[in-house]
Amino acid sequence: MDNFTVGVVVFPGSNCDRDVSWALEGCLDIRTKYLWHESSDLSDVDAIVLPGGFSYGDYLRCGAIARFSPLINALDEFVKSGKKVLGICNGFQILTESGFLPGALVANKNLNFICDDVELDIVSSKGGWFNNVDEKQTIKLPIAHGEGRYHCDSDTLKKLVDNELIALRYKNNPNGSSFDIAGITNEKGNVLGLMPHPERACDETIGGTDGLFTLKSLILK
Amino acid sequence: MDQFAVKVFVRLRPSVLDPAGEATKSASIKLGAEGIKSLRIGKMIEVKIEGNGENEVRGKIDLLCDRLFANTVIEDYEYSLEKL
Repeated sequence: MDNFTVGVVVFPGSNCDRDVSWALEGCLDIRTKYLWHESSDLSDVDAIVLPGGFSYGDYLRCGAIARFSPLINALDEFVKSGKKVLGICNGFQILTESGFLPGALVANKNLNFICDDVELDIVSSKGGWFNNVDEKQTIKLPIAHGEGRYHCDSDTLKKLVDNELIALRYKNNPNGSSFDIAGITNEKGNVLGLMPHPERACDETIGGTDGLFTLKSLILK
Repeated sequence: MDQFAVKVFVRLRPSVLDPAGEATKSASIKLGAEGIKSLRIGKMIEVKIEGNGENEVRGKIDLLCDRLFANTVIEDYEYSLEKL
């Protein structure tokens, strides 16, 4: 895994790109490369993170404009090849807007921007995202979002449940998400979107290391 | 080429909770407005667009609404079109 490189996508308005890079390089010794959103050459990265932030100022809807960037257009082939894509917060919103993941993320039920640590149940390890958690079935990660309420219709929810595509559920639903959903994968399992920020929980001195599990999964087969 | 003025209305689907609408309803009642049964907030997008006739322009607007202006997972849209 010496040359394994994770591409960290940078949109105008991304603000967690450096945190993700810091967590991967500094805490996990995984090489990273920033990918400007106008780039469509993904040939030299082995996995991709769409970080949190406010791409294009959240204009129209969160993630709606980012969807049309050259990089997101190129992501289709990347995903089909089976390589891993992790969307965190705004990255999750972009993945739903662009159709890589079902459903949508809408304004929190209480309209507050919620910034807090939350407890999460690991529901499924599809795609190997949480296989390295050992026996720990509950993790604690920070959330920071105003539009994090996961919404989908009942048919989609049934499909998510039946196919074990729900990765994480809130223990105490903070935002009104359907079925307490905090993170889901695509059917193949190689695309994970989640509202919590694993990159902000990679060092004991800043409040925990449960985020390491998720980020480390990027390099696991 | 004909020019058209289009007004697109994007609304949250009835099944999607609209907390901003609920908060505004609550404020409306505090203002003293009586009889409000429901209040939901949407968006209106104004577009001026050229094309060869109404059918062609409707095709372009349908694409824009379906792919960009609205997220049909959570929103419905409708539009009116006026030849300038």
